[in-house]
Amino acid sequence: MNTWLLALRNLLRNRRRSLATLLAMVVGLTAILLFGGYRSNILYGMETGFVQQSGHLQVQRRGYFLDGSDNPSAYGMPRYREIIDAIQRDPVLAPMAVVVTPTLQLGGIAGNYSAGASRSVVASGLVANERNHMLQWNDYDMISYAQPLALEGAAEDAVVVGTGVARKLQLCAALEVANCRQTPAADAPVEAAATGSPAPDDVLALSALEKAQQPRGAYNRIEMLAATASGAPNVASLTVVKASNFGIKAIDDIYLAMHLAQAQKLIYGAGRPEATAVIMQLRHTAQMPEARARLTALLASDFAGEPLEVLDFQTLNPMYRQTDEFMASMFGFIALLIGVIVLFTIGNTMGTAVMERTVEIGTLRAMGVRRGGIRRLFMCEALLLGAIGSVVGLTVALMVSWFINHSGWAWTPPGYSYAYLILVRVWQDVPLLVGSVLGMIAVTVASAWWPASRAAKLQIVDALRHA
Amino acid sequence: MHPVSLRKIAKVYHLDAVTVPALAEVSLDIRPGVFTVLSGPSGSGKTTLLNLIGCIDRPDEGEVIVADQAVQSMSDDALSDFRARHIGFVFQTFNLLPVLTAFENIEYPLVLAKMPAAARKKRVLELLDAVGLAERGDSRPGQLSGGQRQRVAIARALATAPKLVLADEPTANLDSQTGAAIIALMRKLQREHDASFVFSSHDPQVRAEADDVIFIRDGRIAGVEQRTAATQERAAS
Repeated sequence: MNTWLLALRNLLRNRRRSLATLLAMVVGLTAILLFGGYRSNILYGMETGFVQQSGHLQVQRRGYFLDGSDNPSAYGMPRYREIIDAIQRDPVLAPMAVVVTPTLQLGGIAGNYSAGASRSVVASGLVANERNHMLQWNDYDMISYAQPLALEGAAEDAVVVGTGVARKLQLCAALEVANCRQTPAADAPVEAAATGSPAPDDVLALSALEKAQQPRGAYNRIEMLAATASGAPNVASLTVVKASNFGIKAIDDIYLAMHLAQAQKLIYGAGRPEATAVIMQLRHTAQMPEARARLTALLASDFAGEPLEVLDFQTLNPMYRQTDEFMASMFGFIALLIGVIVLFTIGNTMGTAVMERTVEIGTLRAMGVRRGGIRRLFMCEALLLGAIGSVVGLTVALMVSWFINHSGWAWTPPGYSYAYLILVRVWQDVPLLVGSVLGMIAVTVASAWWPASRAAKLQIVDALRHA
Repeated sequence: MHPVSLRKIAKVYHLDAVTVPALAEVSLDIRPGVFTVLSGPSGSGKTTLLNLIGCIDRPDEGEVIVADQAVQSMSDDALSDFRARHIGFVFQTFNLLPVLTAFENIEYPLVLAKMPAAARKKRVLELLDAVGLAERGDSRPGQLSGGQRQRVAIARALATAPKLVLADEPTANLDSQTGAAIIALMRKLQREHDASFVFSSHDPQVRAEADDVIFIRDGRIAGVEQRTAATQERAAS
């Protein structure tokens, strides 16, 4: 008769009480795992989205991220091509890298002057095939909402805009944007435009030059005005090949993607082309610390004179860290709440068991069981409760998560422009599983410790006298 | 060698502000291999004395020597091990573990003594047979009568073949017929095992079976009666 078997039989002695205790543990563990799985899904989803768009690491000119995002001419990197080559040659970085690609971010005003509409935009000059390759990164097997940019293989003046931009520029019909009401003014010539602010004269003149070259009836053409490196205005006539939903409304309303060469021509003209960032996407996020250290060392040695810095995706996308911290605090609060409930439930169960079995404890001590043996017996009972509760809780959580994942429930997160499926990642999140189960067992042990110690410290004669 | 020797034992209970002397100036020797009964009215100190002899309580003063060892200086763990090796207990309310079968209850002290499984099984079956419960080894205490439970308790007390077996009012919860049968069984086993049995009881049936009777009154030894076969027969009649 070993202690574990005795502990199991003692648990079965009062089945209803043991069942009630188990139920509290199962409900608690299920709630923790489901919320943790939901949190994991959100965070992994965000990470996947950010890594697909901005890579794991970016090399930028120092200060660009904080101060220079609207000033590419002041924060450009003329040696960006050499940086890319250095990364691709490096024996440590090269095997970790999936994509190393340059980007040029610029701000400007996009106008559909035939419709009398314009709006400020944030544009990315990018290498389309490399950026589309980045969109395939999916280390966590998430449901990816990213659509490949329609720029790959498109003409040099092709651009992709957010659906919000398309709406503002009255391009709904030409780009077949759903749920978009196009005003009649969209077909009117710029001179007769009744809506929208009149464009400046110099812009109109530049526009007229570009417009003369475009075929009549091409209503998906826009002009983009930007400041060149020398500060002069420059206008490019562009063809919008697609309006894409980028997921977040704030981005959808301002985003414009164009070929890197087009963006460089707009900013630097015939001068030396530059980029505002070199994006590096790694195979796995876990490689980021090592890659970052190596990249920093590489820049320090090979580009010593350049004021460069390496930023990770968490810094580049503060929303990720903020969401992580918010979800972590909620998870911690819920886990604490459930932990306290389980703590007191098991503590109460064990305390009652000690009280009911006081004479039995005295008998065992009289027969020669040490204090440690009594403590061990009650701790074994608590551990068994914890183990059974964990296994059942885990099973229930997996069943409920399967149901949720197959229910098709969806919601639109704050700030997003389309609905996401509600999913919970329980089985795939090993740290969550192990942490929650170990946490539950730790709470069980902690809650049983005091009653078990009290049982062990009972005076034998007092215990035997207990009625 | 006496299995138990007590020298000038005193024990006081503190109940809130009240101090209750339970034993005072108690000195006695228990003879080896005999059936000793501690006799006296309720509250006289029988159970306290039995607890001290059984090493489950400590005296406030005096010396307790069991199996030639002074026990009051032992640590709690050492005392637990000592009890497991040298002393068997039979309780008034049997105190069997309800989740264990009769077999497992008897086996439990042998597990504590770390006896190998095969030897344990042999020993338990012998004891079940000795107490007349060879067919009830798989029964839980709840499935046994009072007399049967006390038989299991006796077998459990004898499992490790201790030289000292203590019983606190072992027949108090049994009817007279069953009580008599239990006493007869204990007497028989005491002789077979050559163990010293010490009982606390005011049951005349138990006293009649005793070799030695120690009379206790108001926490003191009021007298000791060591019986010969002839006096025993007279006491029994």
